Amino acid sequence: MSVTEPLNIAVILPELILAIGAMALLMVGVTTRQERGELVLWLAVLVLILAGISVANGQGTETLFGGSFIVDPYARLLKLLTLTGAAVALIMSIGYWRDAGGVKFEYPVLVLFASTGMLMMISAFGLIALYVGLELQSLALYVVAAFRRDSARSSEAGLKYFVLGALSSGMLLYGASLVYGFTGSTAFSQIAAAVQPSGANLGLIFGLVFLMAGLAFKISAVPFHMWTPDVYEGAPTPVTAFFAAAPKIAAMALTVRVVISAFPAITMEWRQIVVFLAIASMALGAFAAIGQHNIKRLMAYSSIGHMGYALVGLAAGTAEGVQGVIVYLAIYLVMTLGTFAFILSMRRDGKMVEEIGQLSGLSRTNPMMALALAVLLFSLAGIPPLAGFFAKFYVFLAAIEAGLYALAVIGVLLSVVGAYYYLRIVKIMYFDDPAERFEPMSAPLATILGVSGVLILLYFIYPAPLVSAAGVAAKSLF
Amino acid sequence: MSYSWPILSTVTFLPLVGVLLILALRGNDESAFHNARYIALWTTLINFAISLLLWRDFDPTTAQFQFVELRPWLGPITFHMGVDGISMPFVLLTTLLMPLTILSSFGAIKVRVKEFMIAFLVLETLMIGVFCSLDLVMFYLFFEGGLIPMFLIIGVWGGPRRVYSAFKFFLYTLAGSVLMLLAIMAIYWEAGTTNIPALLTHDFPPQMQTWLWFAFLASFAVKLPMWPVHTWLPDAHVEAPTAGSVILAGILLKMGGYGFLRFSIPMFPLASAEFAPLIFALSVIAVIYTSLVALAQEDMKKLIAYSSVAHMGFVTIGLFTITIQGLQGGIFLMLSHGIVSAALFLCVGVVYDRMHTHEISVFGGLVNRMPLYAFCFMLFTLANVGLPGTTGFVGEFLSLLGAFLVNSWVAVLATTGIILSAGYALWLYRRIIFGVLDKPALKHIKDLSWREVAVITPLVLITIIFGFHPNPILDVSTVSVKALMTHFKASLAAAEHVRFALAP
Repeated sequence: MSVTEPLNIAVILPELILAIGAMALLMVGVTTRQERGELVLWLAVLVLILAGISVANGQGTETLFGGSFIVDPYARLLKLLTLTGAAVALIMSIGYWRDAGGVKFEYPVLVLFASTGMLMMISAFGLIALYVGLELQSLALYVVAAFRRDSARSSEAGLKYFVLGALSSGMLLYGASLVYGFTGSTAFSQIAAAVQPSGANLGLIFGLVFLMAGLAFKISAVPFHMWTPDVYEGAPTPVTAFFAAAPKIAAMALTVRVVISAFPAITMEWRQIVVFLAIASMALGAFAAIGQHNIKRLMAYSSIGHMGYALVGLAAGTAEGVQGVIVYLAIYLVMTLGTFAFILSMRRDGKMVEEIGQLSGLSRTNPMMALALAVLLFSLAGIPPLAGFFAKFYVFLAAIEAGLYALAVIGVLLSVVGAYYYLRIVKIMYFDDPAERFEPMSAPLATILGVSGVLILLYFIYPAPLVSAAGVAAKSLF
Repeated sequence: MSYSWPILSTVTFLPLVGVLLILALRGNDESAFHNARYIALWTTLINFAISLLLWRDFDPTTAQFQFVELRPWLGPITFHMGVDGISMPFVLLTTLLMPLTILSSFGAIKVRVKEFMIAFLVLETLMIGVFCSLDLVMFYLFFEGGLIPMFLIIGVWGGPRRVYSAFKFFLYTLAGSVLMLLAIMAIYWEAGTTNIPALLTHDFPPQMQTWLWFAFLASFAVKLPMWPVHTWLPDAHVEAPTAGSVILAGILLKMGGYGFLRFSIPMFPLASAEFAPLIFALSVIAVIYTSLVALAQEDMKKLIAYSSVAHMGFVTIGLFTITIQGLQGGIFLMLSHGIVSAALFLCVGVVYDRMHTHEISVFGGLVNRMPLYAFCFMLFTLANVGLPGTTGFVGEFLSLLGAFLVNSWVAVLATTGIILSAGYALWLYRRIIFGVLDKPALKHIKDLSWREVAVITPLVLITIIFGFHPNPILDVSTVSVKALMTHFKASLAAAEHVRFALAP
């Protein structure tokens, strides 16, 4: 490895586009009048799309920065998902900010910085790159969580997220330093070479545990989930939508890459951690959501549960398992964005409502809205033939192949428990007496809800492309 | 015989065309409701007519799957459809009951008619798909997808406790089915395919068979339902609208029995043989216990629901004897019960539409005002009891015949169930139809309308015709059943052979 490695711009073009775009938009925002926030937002969407195009144009597998940054089919697919999540979440936010007194240009810029961090995380192939990406993402997210300075709950959410996030970063760093100390390298490929099944000593295992704890915080897996319900509820709704979509995918992608690429030799060791995280997340997600009345809080527990199911695929530790995780994330992304488009449209008398009880009788007052949400909810519950079923199908298929029967049985039974609270919302919409109408949906939100509903409903007709793309991506990790 | 066009796909997915047409209807007034009703009726009638082609061109001399369609879908999971002598009659049962059900709901469903018809048409697609699927994953998709429309049907158009019943129905069935899903995945990794015809001849290791068999049992026992996981059924029946009850009793319950026939017995023969006594025990308990419970019911629908559980007990006894009589009897009893219980629920629906209750004590002496109704109800009551000359007799007789061949205690205990069934059914009949018509509310009750006659007459005819002349139905399934038995016996013999070879 020479110090003067030629910088292959093409490999990190998407990250460069995002970073430079974000800084340029910062300039645009500062130098123009306050009302131009909406323009900055659309430009940010454009930047995300450009980054997406440059991601999609990539080919093969290449590494950079002394092997600490990698671009492979896995990274490309997950980057596309993340960018989609970020772009759609940005578009969804317009109406909300408009009502809150105009779009502030800082928001899209911060989202761009967070996205840069996420792309960095997905491509991280060394502990240093991992940390840099993670912190870039997190710092931007802390700020957007507290973006409504005038709202006490939003500020509380930001502060809570920051304090707990800093704690988890500390744990992650401590774990990373232990791993470095016991393997002598920060690059995943060299860590993998240094770790031998017989050589799994206690120090390394300690490092792994701390590393996993830090990552589990980012994907909000139980027992590191405490921040999620409060942040989801407190943050402005479009920010919650963004949190639920993009960073979850990036963090899960990173987790998968770390354990698969850096610790393939001690699968048995990290599998125990992942199995525990998966079961605890699925159980908490299922049981804690039952008592929720606020739909954003409910979605927080729902996302905890869904990360648990995705971890079931990772627990298998095989290419099939990773394929399952990717399929799960892709479908989860569509369902989440659709659901949040719905939540953002829960408006009555010019005000947002968040109580589930307010949905009473929606199937009669706003039938198409209710139908779209019902499709998404049945899908979140994993009922065939909707897409959510296929998501669960592939992760459990991998778990069965790996012989994790107990995990699979516990997982599917918890999915029945989880079905209850999704059905409760369907019940309120379809069985209860109508309340007042909601205001009509704005065109962008209606489009997002409609498209995601149709994608989820009709996914079964042509499911092969996503599954095979995920298969190709998963193979590149092994 | 095969067609140049995919007939099974047509029969399965044609109802969705009706759904699209109803979705295209504008407005929410009486004329839109009228159109929605007739679109649904015509769609199901045309579908029934097409499915009759299946019967006409079905070749009963082969056990092979017929009208097969095979298309790529999801890698190793293919879009694969076909019917044999076991599944074809159930397809016909479904397509026959659907138009009658829809016609029966014309008067009863007054609100959200469009949604009701859409839910039923979607349900029809999913039900037919269950019987036509030749791929396990596809089967599961249809099997489980049916929960969504049924949940909505019970929950939206049901009675006072509809929410509780809808949730109980959904969660009970889902909990059973997810275990089957895991078994399907295990089968995929063991056999490398989810293609049903290939799996039917695959030899699963004995140890694995046990686990898989129990996982499938969890799903089918809930769906059938078998004692002690039957408790969702009476609740669901009581709260569901008439049409929902008809489909639930007529078709959805049969999916459990069909599952045993299609998967459990041929794919896991060793486990089926080993655990047949367990099934017998559960079934005998179901027959006697639920018959006794039926005697104590104050609600007509609940009584018929418990009687359904008892009859499904006969079905499982018949199927797990794995004799030609028992298997044929089980199939025939399922079909017969599909007609008879559907008809009984329709009869309950007739008086429910007039009085808006199914409490038994509200009625009495109906024969004075409703002679035609009294006759139809009599016929179906006797068919339910198993009177010779009705379809019920053929099914129960054959099932018990099979049981006698295998275990006479099972047969004796199960036969007491027939006596009990005569008890509760005739007592129900006496309390509702006979006696003095002294309740003021009943003084002006009207006999069957033309629409109701049109709904019930086909069922009357079928009950009597196939009661005297069951051969057309038995012949269809004979060859398939024989093939199933041959395979079953061969598997047992092979396993026995291995066991002796290993013995020191």
